[in-house]
Amino acid sequence: MTKAVLQLEPLTCPSCIKKIESTLDKTEGIKSARVLFNSSKVKVEFDELQIETIQVERTISRLGYPVLSAKVS
Amino acid sequence: MILKISKHKNHFTVVSGILIVIGFLFGFMGVEEVKSLGLIAATIIASIPIVVKALQALVMKAFSIELLVTIAVIGALIIGEYVESAVVTFLFLFGAYLESRTLEKTRSSLKELIDMAPQEATVFRNGDQVVIPVEEVKMGDRVIIRSGGKIPIDGKIVTGKAMLNESAVTGESIVIAKKEEDYVYSGTILDSGYVEVLAEKVGDDTTFSKIIELVEEAQESKSKAQKFLDKFANYYTPAVVLLSVVVYLFTWNLHLAITFLVVACPGALVIGAPVSNVAGIGNGAKNGALVKGGEVMENFSKVDTIVFDKTGTLTKGRPEVTDIKVYNGFDTDELLRLVAQAEKISEHHLGQTIVKEAQTRNLDISSVPKDGEVIKGNGVLATVEGREIVVGNRKLMNTVGLEIGQEAVSYAVSREKAGNTAIFAAVDGSVVGILSIADQIREDAPKALAEMRKSGIKKIVMLTGDNQHTAEKVAAQLGIDEVYAELLPENKVEHVNLLKQQGYVVAMAGDGINDAPAIATAHIGLAMGEGGTDVSMETADIVLMADKLMQFSHAYSLSKATVRNMKQNTYFALGIVFVLLFGVLMGSVHLASGMFIHEASVLVVILNAMRLLRFQRKDIKIETRLRAQSQT
Repeated sequence: MTKAVLQLEPLTCPSCIKKIESTLDKTEGIKSARVLFNSSKVKVEFDELQIETIQVERTISRLGYPVLSAKVS
Repeated sequence: MILKISKHKNHFTVVSGILIVIGFLFGFMGVEEVKSLGLIAATIIASIPIVVKALQALVMKAFSIELLVTIAVIGALIIGEYVESAVVTFLFLFGAYLESRTLEKTRSSLKELIDMAPQEATVFRNGDQVVIPVEEVKMGDRVIIRSGGKIPIDGKIVTGKAMLNESAVTGESIVIAKKEEDYVYSGTILDSGYVEVLAEKVGDDTTFSKIIELVEEAQESKSKAQKFLDKFANYYTPAVVLLSVVVYLFTWNLHLAITFLVVACPGALVIGAPVSNVAGIGNGAKNGALVKGGEVMENFSKVDTIVFDKTGTLTKGRPEVTDIKVYNGFDTDELLRLVAQAEKISEHHLGQTIVKEAQTRNLDISSVPKDGEVIKGNGVLATVEGREIVVGNRKLMNTVGLEIGQEAVSYAVSREKAGNTAIFAAVDGSVVGILSIADQIREDAPKALAEMRKSGIKKIVMLTGDNQHTAEKVAAQLGIDEVYAELLPENKVEHVNLLKQQGYVVAMAGDGINDAPAIATAHIGLAMGEGGTDVSMETADIVLMADKLMQFSHAYSLSKATVRNMKQNTYFALGIVFVLLFGVLMGSVHLASGMFIHEASVLVVILNAMRLLRFQRKDIKIETRLRAQSQT
């Protein structure tokens, strides 16, 4: 299981949280996703065999939230 | 495509605004067709980002305020209300822009903290000094920090000394001296000097990184009231859609139904409580009090009883030599020098306190005592530089047959009554001095306790493992209501539980490690400790980073202010919703004015929360006032 913290551009609408979280939760390979609204970060836990960090980033970007940086641990 | 739209949202706003103005200008000139055309164009342009967001949310099965606006605008276009459709979409976008700008402000405290994070480090690699990004520093690296630089890691100073500003970690903007063997923290600034530090904790493990993470998580965690409001909003939005359909079915007035749809949006209600929380927690973090979330904030504001541990919490936790009294014309430093050398063989903390005092006075205590003997719990006997030294309590003096003069006896008693431990010192067979040692009360304790009482604390209790006599002394000096001494950690838990059973809302403050069980038992647990240990940061609800009781008092009044602010926002938002609904039903509020009031109310709650950022500790205010006075 890999953990990643993605920094997004400042989030402004609380409804974005639900949008990002539910999309990621439905994505195969992602175990859990949590949006930190006030610091505009997404914490994702995923199976690195099924999905890569770059794919997670792309999914979020496609929703309309550009990913500024990613920290994988 | 979608990405581009959200990026250029502000441009859409500007263009639509200009089109509205052009439309109205033509309207004044009486060219109604061009006016309508301009307004329709403005509506469409401003609608694009709104519709996109609405659809995105809808795909995720989430109801959004954008969806309500989209429906309303389509309706307005159908009934030919071009002015309203244009103004509503423009106001919505412009309001969102203002909201994001002001929201950024409420988050600024955390951002200021993050900006303090070090970016690069100078380390020794293969004997050379190289500058590398801070992420690449490894444990065990020897890091160099020069004057003006930031400490990039946590670790001990190996060589050099410096003056450091630790405000990033402690919230206290004062410069302190650090030397070899002292621990330094990432994020602190080297004011002057030069040090080399061995990296012990790097990257995300440093205290500074942990503080940031803790605050980020805290701002996210919701209070009970907030959770309720979130749930409320989840039902509220679909309910509003349904209601407006009902309104339409009953009145067959599409205009009224659409207006109803827009003004009933729960904007201020949803954002009101969270912004207060974010601003409050941010303020705490900046001042060195880490409050772990909205729920803690809410519970802390209800606390009416505080339980303190004594040693290390109300007192400094470090015994100090408070006085040296000499007889027979002996020199103070000379006596201390002889006594300290004898005490070098003792492992007792009082003995070590005496040695430390001699060291801080720069006395030469290098000679090795001969025939040293430690009488456990009583003192030491030794020959130093050919002179016979006896240091210890009354019992030791009696045992070795030394007589203590009447004057010395009464002096010792008076010192003990003042909360000191009196230690007798004899040189060559006669008692020539009395050293007083005490664990002193923190300087800010009386003020902090008084302030907390003023802010609403009804009862202050002290629990300590120390003896009854010393405990009562400290309690009397600080005006503490109840004292329980000679307790074990489990007794402290019992006392906290007892207070809880009596119906008090209890906060327990301790130094984190041995008080951890009691801290966990209380409604609110506070850990004090310089820099904050890992244990205390995990178990406590509130962590005081600078080891200052004034931060405690600040956190308490801050929690009250935050909860008050949250309530103001919630009541205000609820009030606005009712005023708007009533206004619409009375026919005095229209689509455009409804949207304006709605957006304005969101801004009002954010601005109200921003007041919390300026909420200040009283001592800071006084300090700045004094500084201002001294300058004039």
